[in-house]
Amino acid sequence: MADFLEFVNVSKSFGSLKVLDNVSITVQRGEIFSLLGPSGCGKTTLLRICAGFEQPDSGKVLLNGKEITPLPPHRRQVNTVFQSYALFPHLTVWENIAFGLRIAKKPKAEIQDKVEKYLDMIQMTDHAQKKPSQLSGGQKQRVAIARALINAPQVLLLDEPLAALDLKLRQRMLVELDEIHDKVGITFLFVTHDQNEAMSISDHIAILNAGRLEQMGKPAEIYEAPRTSFVAAFIGDTNFFDGVVIETKETEYSRLHIDGFVDVLVYNDKPKKVGDFVHLSVRPEKISIAHDEPAKTEKNHRNLIRGKVEDVIYLGANTKYWVRVGEYKIAISKQHKRFLLDEKPILWGDTVWLFWEADDSYMLDRYRAEDEQLLSLPSSVD
Amino acid sequence: MRSKIPFYTTICVLIFFYLPLLVLAVNSFNESMYGGSWKGFTWKWYIQLFHNQEIWNALQKSLLIGIAATLMAMILGTMAAFALHRYSSKLQFFHYTLIYTPMVVPEILMGMSLLLFFVALGIDLSLVTIFIAHVTFCIGYVALVVLGQLQEFDFSILEAAMDLGADWWTAIRKVLLPLLAPGIIAGGLLAFTLSIDDFVVTFFVAGPGATTLPLRIYSMMRKGAPTVINALSVILLIITFIIVFFSQRLRQSKP
Repeated sequence: MADFLEFVNVSKSFGSLKVLDNVSITVQRGEIFSLLGPSGCGKTTLLRICAGFEQPDSGKVLLNGKEITPLPPHRRQVNTVFQSYALFPHLTVWENIAFGLRIAKKPKAEIQDKVEKYLDMIQMTDHAQKKPSQLSGGQKQRVAIARALINAPQVLLLDEPLAALDLKLRQRMLVELDEIHDKVGITFLFVTHDQNEAMSISDHIAILNAGRLEQMGKPAEIYEAPRTSFVAAFIGDTNFFDGVVIETKETEYSRLHIDGFVDVLVYNDKPKKVGDFVHLSVRPEKISIAHDEPAKTEKNHRNLIRGKVEDVIYLGANTKYWVRVGEYKIAISKQHKRFLLDEKPILWGDTVWLFWEADDSYMLDRYRAEDEQLLSLPSSVD
Repeated sequence: MRSKIPFYTTICVLIFFYLPLLVLAVNSFNESMYGGSWKGFTWKWYIQLFHNQEIWNALQKSLLIGIAATLMAMILGTMAAFALHRYSSKLQFFHYTLIYTPMVVPEILMGMSLLLFFVALGIDLSLVTIFIAHVTFCIGYVALVVLGQLQEFDFSILEAAMDLGADWWTAIRKVLLPLLAPGIIAGGLLAFTLSIDDFVVTFFVAGPGATTLPLRIYSMMRKGAPTVINALSVILLIITFIIVFFSQRLRQSKP
């Protein structure tokens, strides 16, 4: 697959506020690519630059190898699904969908055919003559998508398309979007602040924070190998540790000394030597919790720790535990297999064994203390 | 129990407003020349009215000025509303005040200042000067109605139009104007009713031969022909009611 849509060193300021700071992103042909970040991170501005509603202060946008930065919106082969849907209130569903083709002065028969095809695709044939004000949120959404797709754009831009819908409908629309993508095979550029949406639908994700690109990659890469504390905390939950390398073992592993905790063994996902400072992220579901001491493994790369349970939150599919170890409060997420048949449930105040493999932690390139605010857990250090 | 006071207040206000009009309407069918006492039902004042050539000439001029001033006010007022909505600065505040002022300034001041202005520039008083004068006080009404609509307007649909391949002008023509049309027309209808019955300003800037309907009515009153005027007033009243009704409907209609 070739690079298809490229943002090259794009910067943009509104007044003194820098919304985008030297952002470079590459989107492949035919994929669903998500721009993910909290509100105000610049993701929508990037989308608007791609659509032509904003001009970057510096940098350029390439589509299929050709620069489109100076083109006005109506000369770009991209179409947008707006957050507010932006349907034309004075036109019917049919006329809304036909708008682009009518502007392009396509023959009447062709317009008729295509509009009917797209009405059928979004299952709105029965509502063709309704005005937008008579539609539900999900229906408006589908009309907005059909209205954009009918012009066969090279890229479909979706600006938080599901934000206005309620939770159940959002999940259904997400599946529908995925199905529509499979049918039309057009590149989707999807803006969202919801990590679950981005994780479940995307081929690649770019995570933006305060106008800067934090990380770009496949959903699994981003989850398993977060490069910064922001990414680790924004996508799911995690435990952060700061430590110093005190011993390297078999060159692949290091032993870390962590103040106020115990020493732990970590896999060197990047080269480390004795004396290096390391910020570590360990996902809650990677840590196991048990009453009884687990049996030793062959390789013995396991970290085994004693701790005292301070909080238990039952969440149905899984249970979250917060366990006190030294100065740290460790978050653990455990999935149930046979909850009611478990010989002995883990309760508040129990002393338990915690263990995780050295390969299950990940070293961060960049750490900022304020990113801990993003975690849903109580702070890990008191 | 709900208070009856609002109901009685409403009745009093309606009586206060409409009783004089009712008297006028009744008198227009009164056989008696001078009102006061009822001498029997008649259509003759209406028949006289339709044969009065002076009134028809005056009505023609009033309609001509009314329509021309309304159209001009619709164009300028809409443009003013856009400027006011789109840009905000000290200058725009000044602009807003200027748009608003002709609606509240005493008409006699407006009339005098316009007269002095035309005289100073050496412009002969004619239908054209009346037209210019009417446009000045009509712009504000259109601008304020359209401005109200723009404040509720979702501008992302203009972006949507451009995104779907419409250039700037097409987006304005296919999306913005159709959606603003009710407001522009409602403002225009208001402006028309103001123009058609304006007396004070017109009195100052009317040249010889440029007698509009209100001026004609005034001079007829002085010569003493109130009965025909009664009939004319009733007809004008009905027309005004109809126009105001449609103007209100348009302003409240949701696309």
